Parts: sequence; C-alpha cells; structure tokens
Amino acid sequence: MVGAALQYLPKLYRNAILAGLAWVFGVGLLAELIIQILRNLFGNNAARIAFTQGALKPLWAGIVFVAAFVLYVLITPRRKAVSARYAALDTKQQNVAQVVGSAVLILTLFILPSLVGTYLSEVLSNVGLYVLMALGLNIAVGLAGLLDLGYVTNFAVGAYVMGVLTSTGPLGRGEMNFWMVLPVSVLAAMFTGFVLALPVLRMRGDYLAIATLGFGEIIRLLALSDWLAPYIGGAQGILFIPKPSFGPIIFDTPQKLYYIILAACFLVLFISIRLNNSRTGRKWMAMREDEDAAGAMGIDTTVAKLLAFTLSAASGGLAGGIFAAKLGTIFPHSFSLLISINVLAIIIVGGMGSIPGIVVGAFALIGLPELLREFSEYRMLLYGILLIVMMLTRPEGLWPSAVRRRELHAETEAVGAD
Amino acid sequence: MADNILVASNVTKRFGGLVAVNSVDFVIPRNSIVSIIGPNGAGKTTFFNCITGFYQIDEGEIDFDGEPLNGLEPFQITKRGIARTFQNIRLFSNMTAIENIMVGSESHLKSTWMGAIVGTPGTRREEQETESDARDLLDFVSLRGKGDTLARNLPYGDQRRLEIARALASKPKLLLLDEPTAGMNPRETAQTTQFIRRLRDELGISILLIEHDMRVVMGISEYITVLDYGQKIAEGLPKEIQANPRVIEAYLGRGAASGLETEAEAAAAD
Repeated sequence: MVGAALQYLPKLYRNAILAGLAWVFGVGLLAELIIQILRNLFGNNAARIAFTQGALKPLWAGIVFVAAFVLYVLITPRRKAVSARYAALDTKQQNVAQVVGSAVLILTLFILPSLVGTYLSEVLSNVGLYVLMALGLNIAVGLAGLLDLGYVTNFAVGAYVMGVLTSTGPLGRGEMNFWMVLPVSVLAAMFTGFVLALPVLRMRGDYLAIATLGFGEIIRLLALSDWLAPYIGGAQGILFIPKPSFGPIIFDTPQKLYYIILAACFLVLFISIRLNNSRTGRKWMAMREDEDAAGAMGIDTTVAKLLAFTLSAASGGLAGGIFAAKLGTIFPHSFSLLISINVLAIIIVGGMGSIPGIVVGAFALIGLPELLREFSEYRMLLYGILLIVMMLTRPEGLWPSAVRRRELHAETEAVGAD
Repeated sequence: MADNILVASNVTKRFGGLVAVNSVDFVIPRNSIVSIIGPNGAGKTTFFNCITGFYQIDEGEIDFDGEPLNGLEPFQITKRGIARTFQNIRLFSNMTAIENIMVGSESHLKSTWMGAIVGTPGTRREEQETESDARDLLDFVSLRGKGDTLARNLPYGDQRRLEIARALASKPKLLLLDEPTAGMNPRETAQTTQFIRRLRDELGISILLIEHDMRVVMGISEYITVLDYGQKIAEGLPKEIQANPRVIEAYLGRGAASGLETEAEAAAAD
C-alpha cells in the first residue's frame, strides 16, 4: 500500500520522503556522536531534550523527518541552478570559491576535537593514521599499479624506530625527542621499502602481491622473535614511549594528538597531489597501464618502481612513528596482516588512485565500525554487508578519480547509447 | 660505405629450439623508408623486438648511428633515438591523449620527483614546455581538440595516429612502425601512407615498416626485405621483390605465382 502510494507521488516528493527517513535513520545511528556534540556546544540539557538514553525521542524523530523533507523539497530544484551559476563563474572566481570552501573545511577540521570529545577524537586520530598509510600505499597501488600486500612493514618499522629511540624504559636507546626521531622513522621506512623492493622488481601482479604478503608476515615474526627480543622486546613489546611535546605543550590527550596527525595528513596530502600531477606521477601511471610500452617510451621501469616503493613507504613510517608515540607502547600483534588489508580496502572503497577518495574511504572503513557500536556483536557483520553492497553498487569507489569513473561506466554508457 | 643509420649483421634469435630470426643482415639507409615483409610467423616482429631491446639477440650485432645496441634495455635504446609503435595498439588507455604524448617525451625530460614536490621553477617550465610540445604533436597527427579524451575512447584510426605521435615525442632518428595500417579501411590506409611519407619528408626521420598490405609496402618503400621462417629470402627495390619467384612462393605457395601478378597489377592500377 505504502509502496503503491509512493509510486503515485511526484518524484521530488517521493525522494524527499526517502531523504527524511534516511536522515532519521542516520541521526538514530549516530546518536552517540550527536549527543556528544550537543553536550559540548549547549551543555547537558540540550542533549537531554532530544534524546533519551542514547536514542532519539519520537517527537524529535518527527521534527528531523519534517526538516529533512522540507529542506530536500526546497533545495533540490535549486541545486542545478547553483551548479550552473558556479560553472558560469570565471576561473578566478571559481578559485576564490574553492579557497573559501577549503578554508571552511580546514577550520572545521581544526575545531572538530573540541566539539566531539575525547572518544571521537581518538576515532578521528585513528582515521588520520589510516589516511596517512592509505595515501602512501596509493603511490604504489593506485599510481604505479604495484599490488603491495605488506604495507604494514613500513608502519612497523616506523613505530619500532620511534619506540627504541625515544623510550625511557629499559629498551630505550637515546631517549631522544619525538620530533628528532620522526624523520628517522620516515627514513628507516623508506630504506626498508627500497631494500624490500629489490628482490621483487621483476615480479608483476599476483606474484608481487604474494611476495609482499610474505614481507608483512616476516616483519611481524621478526618483531615477535626471541632473537631480536633483547633489542625490541619480543612479545613484551616496547613500553614507556613518551608523548610528544613541543616546548611547554605536551600532546598527551587524544584531542591534542589529533593536531599532529592532522598536520601530517596535510603534509602527505600535499606531497601526494604534487607527485600525482608531475612527470613522476605520469611515469608511474604509464607503468601501471602497460609496463612494456612504458619501457619503450624511455622510462626506466626499474628506477620508477624503486622510487614508488620507497616513497610509498615514507608515509607508512610517518604513521608508524606517530602511532608509537600516541599509544606509548607497541607490541608485535599491533602489526598484523589486517592492517595491510584495511589500508588496501580504504584505497579500493575510496576509489583507486583518487586522493579525496582515500580520505572518504578512511572515514567509511575506520570511522564507521566505531560509530556502529550500537549494534554491538552484529557490528562487523553489518560492516561486511555494507562493504559488499558498496562494491556491487559503486564499484568505482566512493569518490573515484575522474578517469576511473569513466573507465567503469564506459560500458554502461556504450550500452545506453545503442 | 653508404650512410646507414642502422646496420644489423648476422642477427640470430632463438626461443628454445626454434630459430625465430636466423643470421639476418640488414641495413637502413639514413632518411629512407624501408620495409620488412613476410608471411605470418616469419619473424618480422621478433626482429623488431631485437632492434628495440625487447629481446636480447643471441648472435650478431646491431649498430645504430655507429654505436652498438647489444645488451641495452628498451628505455636506453629509446634514449638513443629509436622509437616504435606496436602491432596491437598499446597506448596507455586510461590516460588522456595528451598525457600519452607527454609520456612519450620522457627520454629527454630532466625534472625530478623532489623538484615536483617543491614546485621549482625549472620543473614548472619543463612541464609547460612538454605540454605545449605535446599539443603541437597532437596537431601534427590531426588530433587537435582531442587532447583530453582518454586514449581508449578514441576511434581506432585516431589511436593508431596517437601511438605514432607518442613515438614522435621522443624525437627519434629512426621510427619503427609495426603494421601501422592493420585493420584500416582503404581510405584510412591511403591517409596513413601519406602521413608516413610526411614524417620522413618533413621531420627527416628514417622509417622501418612492417606491413601486410602490399599496396602500402610497394607504394612507399624504397627498399624491401623479405623474411620467411626467420631467414632473409630476398631484398631489393619494390619492383625486384614483386618479380622475385622465391617471394611469390613464400607468400602463395608453389605454383601460384600467377596469383601475385594480378595483385601487382592491382597495386599498379592504384
């Protein structure tokens, strides 16, 4: 009945009803997050008006529904006009609009921790670490087409270097400053990336994936081994890694650590974009498309591959170093295969080779499981279902690069054109 | 000795027990258009791959512009001034036309990844120059306005021309074209033939051609070499090749010599 009634409504209103329902569902799903924000903005009472025990009150659910419905009906017809007006602007004005947009985004990111509280700042920091790793791995997988399943290696090297050089515990050597060690973590990861790339230079595709998978496991087992235990602690791990400090500021809470991670993300983002649009990025893409033809164009594919692996590792080392200082302790089991898989999944879900896609993908894959805590034991099940639905309905990723979108939709367009 | 840009002597390439190219001697005079023909599986493309470094030759020597190419990797050979196209088009299909050409100019770019991150003036200038050179080449192969199209979405004939433009971007002295008119209709074939002649006349590039279409081969080649089962069975001017009984035999089998005469007549009538 309801379905039939929906069919007869004009498309705009039908979609508006769906949007309203989606919003109610979304608000209910993210109740905890919203309560936190309300509490921080307007105090405890505001949160209590709309929510009881972490759930939305029926009256407020109605209000959200009506608000979303009305907004949808009002905005949708105007959306086209707005994008048309944007397209009509000249490049200079478009640039201004983009700068304003980015400024708003950056400002939001900047004040976010004080809005969302400790727990969600922690979640955001984890998302940030994964953004770092995914941006790094994207160089190898997304740009150069080198399927690396052992990315955790770089993360582990960065973390252990940080651990050993800064720890004030018995395993610490040097008790150096976080900021001095961070570049060392990055360089050590780059070195590892370079050395591990040497034996796999001639491998392609699946074979490369298996070999790198092996490296990931080797590094975890090395960290666990008794052989290296006197230096890096074996199963006991490294303890007493001090929190970073800068002058009088000690980055001891998730809210403060968030800013270090945010800064690192911006740095790596900048470098990724620059590389992506450079001769080097073009070389990698050519190699991904056709390695033999790339060679015939005068590209030294050996050097290009080594560079891709080395630069890709850098960001993993950076994430690892921050991770060690953030946690204060590191154990071998933190560096499991699952990290490599997760990072790869972020790239695929976000949209292969797309830099904004990586950020969106990291939020979806790392942030979402945290926000789905409502469903307790069904959480991972729901997460898995979402991934499958996502791959079926949007194989090009959440925010694909323009090229990839064209690639995956070329066939449907061709069929449609017939 | 005449001015030859490429001299191959006694080139042999084996795959296990199979001798794909058997002690072939071969020269390309500077500023000429030279063809290799032969039945399918005669070793033409293998010979191509030996020149471009895709295969390492087992015996013999290949000299380019007076220097030996033996043991060099394909990218090094490209840097020395030999560019090629592929029999089955191998563009970077998910990159735009202009990006494809820009990749082609790799061999004389100097900017580094560090320069790209910092955004040094030299890097920016080089990028701009590379792009404007690429646009010029795009015009040269009559693909103006299609620079931002993905290579895979271009029509077949355009893809062939884009592949040639990509090869030209390396500013080669010698261009190797592997069946440039394969799969084209007669009109496109005629245009391509014209175009190849233009490459030599306007850019002064020597050209080595593998081609199945006898009209194309006979029409533009100054010199033809015929391979069969990896052996050179004939070489000479187009006219001599047309009349050579061994060539006719290789193509059409024993006793079918009259068949080729009609084809030759057709070519002449063209």
